[in-house]
Amino acid sequence: MNELLLARWQFAITCTYHYFFVPLTLGLSILVAIMETRYARTGDEVFKRMAKFWGKLFLINFAMGVATGLVMEFQFGMNWSEYARFVGDIFGAPLAIEALLAFFLEATFLGIWIFGWDKLSKSLHAAAMWMVAIGSNMSALWILIANSFMQQPVGYTIRNGRAEMTDFFVLITNPNVRFQFPHVIAAGITTAAFFVLGISAYHLLRKSHDLEVFRRSFRIAVVYAVIGTVLVILVGHGQTQHMIDTQPMKMAAAEALMQTEDPASFSLLSIVNEADMTDIFSIRIPGLLSFLAYNTFQGEVKGIHELQVTYQDLYGPGNYVPPVAVSYWTFRLMVGAGFLMALLALVGLYLVFRERFEQQRLYLTLLVPAIALPYIANTTGWLLTEVGRQPWIVFGLQKTEDAVSPAVSAGMVLFSLATFTVLYGALMVADIYLLSKYAKSGPEGQEDLSPAGAH
Amino acid sequence: MDLNTIWFILIGVLFTGFFFLEGFDFGVGILLPFLGKEDKERRIIINTIGPHWDANEVWLVTAGGAMFAAFPNWYATLFSGFYLALFLMLLTMILRAVAFEFRSKDKNPRWRSWWDWMIFVGSLVPALLWGVAMANLLRGVPIDASMTYVGGFFNLLNPFALLCGLTFVLVFTLHGAIFLTLKTDGQISKRARAVAKALWIPAVVSLVLALGMGYFGTGMAARLGVAPIVVPLIAVVALLLVSWFLYRERTGLAFVLTGVTIAFSTITLFMGLYPRVMVSSLSPDWSLTIYNASSSPYTLKVMSIVALILLPIVLAYQAWSYWIFRQRLVRESPLEY
Ligand code: HDD
Ligand code: HEM
Ligand code: HEM
Repeated sequence: MNELLLARWQFAITCTYHYFFVPLTLGLSILVAIMETRYARTGDEVFKRMAKFWGKLFLINFAMGVATGLVMEFQFGMNWSEYARFVGDIFGAPLAIEALLAFFLEATFLGIWIFGWDKLSKSLHAAAMWMVAIGSNMSALWILIANSFMQQPVGYTIRNGRAEMTDFFVLITNPNVRFQFPHVIAAGITTAAFFVLGISAYHLLRKSHDLEVFRRSFRIAVVYAVIGTVLVILVGHGQTQHMIDTQPMKMAAAEALMQTEDPASFSLLSIVNEADMTDIFSIRIPGLLSFLAYNTFQGEVKGIHELQVTYQDLYGPGNYVPPVAVSYWTFRLMVGAGFLMALLALVGLYLVFRERFEQQRLYLTLLVPAIALPYIANTTGWLLTEVGRQPWIVFGLQKTEDAVSPAVSAGMVLFSLATFTVLYGALMVADIYLLSKYAKSGPEGQEDLSPAGAH
Repeated sequence: MDLNTIWFILIGVLFTGFFFLEGFDFGVGILLPFLGKEDKERRIIINTIGPHWDANEVWLVTAGGAMFAAFPNWYATLFSGFYLALFLMLLTMILRAVAFEFRSKDKNPRWRSWWDWMIFVGSLVPALLWGVAMANLLRGVPIDASMTYVGGFFNLLNPFALLCGLTFVLVFTLHGAIFLTLKTDGQISKRARAVAKALWIPAVVSLVLALGMGYFGTGMAARLGVAPIVVPLIAVVALLLVSWFLYRERTGLAFVLTGVTIAFSTITLFMGLYPRVMVSSLSPDWSLTIYNASSSPYTLKVMSIVALILLPIVLAYQAWSYWIFRQRLVRESPLEY
């Protein structure tokens, strides 16, 4: 195995792992802040118990996000030094701003929040959580500005053999960010909503102590879930259209569309021979892809073969087709999970309006495993984004194979990759163990779990 | 002064902030298993840094981001070159970050003891490795004409670097012991003071040797002349005075002084480097400097404006958070978690 392949695996694993914790942070920070604000306004103790209960779960999740984020910050230099040299002039800026503007805010105010219950007034304490929520969501904005440059380079010129920034404002208003940021935020909201719904459903089913906490959490989370899923699907539609403009090859791979079509068909099920890029088997709905792309049943969507020829003319000989099966299936999994969640959320909203949700045992039972759905959609969404961009690391400017660190040997990467994988695996076990223990114990049980005499 | 120099200084400031703040919380982490004789004491010790350790760590994240933005070649060469050292540091810092959150979430004594030791390892190893890394920047490592590091892991482990590593560990532990003396009372505070007194002599010896070796052994004296020697002297004098204040129970001043030592040692290091950021041991022409490693003037300008606006705000709310948690932690304090 060569260094390139190992470095890609390491990046993919560590990034995916980091992003396992991020969306919950994004969405749940806002939700906890809302609950605590209600407490500060009304003085109703139920809201305080809610904020504390979900806050505890938030913290267990947050610690993992921070620990794994640290690796991300240095990996561009460690494994992708030629990439860092090539785009550092542009890519470094949002990263530094993310730390200055977002991470400091988030980390400082979270410390205040955790240890400040008896030191601050109610509303100041709630405000600290709002700062955490603003910090996390702002960190997403800046990292996505960085990532968007990789998807759609803007505001730069090639000078001295590297990409140099020419317009900061153009960089931060990259059209790609305008879709990516709302999509990620909506995905975060959806993740938190289904997390809260699943755990609340579990307690409603068991008739645990302090049911009022879970009844109210359920009601808030249902509304949150409807907002999240509707937004994520609407923005996702926009993102698909944007992708056809900027990275048509990614779209063609995601749809396993071999030949250019007008009107273009949407694939229901395709099996592809990736060696010579032919369909082995394919069922398609005529015209639907054109509709997705242009909101009408007419219009040309380019296929893999034509794009390959175009790119060879443009960028020279080479293979410009990303892994098709990965792009295809990740897209389907994300969209599938999205629609399923939207359905669950709407049913939930109806039941809440009818005040009948506590009796619907089947529905509540379904919500528990549904906690996995947003995680599936988030992970597959990123796999599509990153794998579908290959062979480019920066679209049209630098190939992944030219980005890897020459100073780092395959043996070194193998060593770090193996160690990270084992460590991350072990931490995941510990994390899930703690999360489920605290989730099951409920707001009252939590007190007993604290260290002896600490309360 | 040009923007390249300003950014060099700014990154120096970020590392100074990191070593000053994370310095005491690494120190507290190193002392944790030894000063906390039972569970409750360990919880108190952890809580002295509980509200702050994450924000302190962000100083490192910011320093990393700022290096990437202002001197991409420095970021690329340093982190790919020192790959295994950095990997080890990240590994232990991950365990440390998780440990703070996880250790009290289960009652099993073995679970708790495991995570307490992870806090120890995650404080000791990064402190040591930062000393090693910083020394090597100055001493010089094999970097070729394409700015690529061509040495191995063991190139980093030379006597000067190991001495600097040891110095970092000793000074940080001393800094942490004094911090604990200030922030706790009763037995813990007493034990911390005793540790601080015991650590003082080895810290002084090691710092003097390291600064001496750095000043005379890396060509700094020849390059910069005599005047800058004031800076390392301040670092040493401050550390010498620490003991005086410790014995007179003026612990707050002692803490300020270890802080001065850390700050002035870091400044010495950056002065020794300037205008280089990484010295090549193969040829002086191949060293990375603030000019050949830097971003474009436009990026530096944008980033200067951003930093000028944001850094004071960050400093203000971080100071506020230390103000909120200024009281000593006693056994009766409410211990969140
Ligand atoms: C709860 C999570 C979730 C859900 C339900 C969806 N997505 Fe998504 N999607 C993401 C979470 C996500 C993500 C993980 O957040 C990604 C990765 C990169 C990004 O911008 O968001 C993403 C990426 C992503 C991309 C790739 C963008 C690119 O490569 O530039 C497209 C085209 C879509 N999404 C489209 C959709 C559509 C049409 C959906 C309709 C159901 C949808 N997504 C649901
Ligand atoms: C957080 C969610 C993300 C996930 C799950 C993710 C996943 C991946 C994966 C799977 C690859 C490997 C692609 C391949 O080799 O075929 C990759 C590559 C890469 N991604 Fe991401 N990514 C994420 C976000 C980001 C962001 C936000 C950035 C930049 C700020 C980024 C930067 C990179 C870089 C530099 C590579 C280079 C390695 C390569 O292309 O093989 N990623 N990512
Ligand atoms: C879309 C992708 C990403 C998003 C939305 C995101 C967002 C976040 C958020 C909200 C946190 C706070 C902790 C938590 O979430 O639990 C965090 C932590 C962190 N992330 Fe990411 N991140 C992404 C990818 C990356 C990448 C590619 C990097 C590498 C530069 C990175 C670097 C970090 C660092 C250094 C931390 C720790 C901050 C601290 O110490 O407080 N993240 N990220």
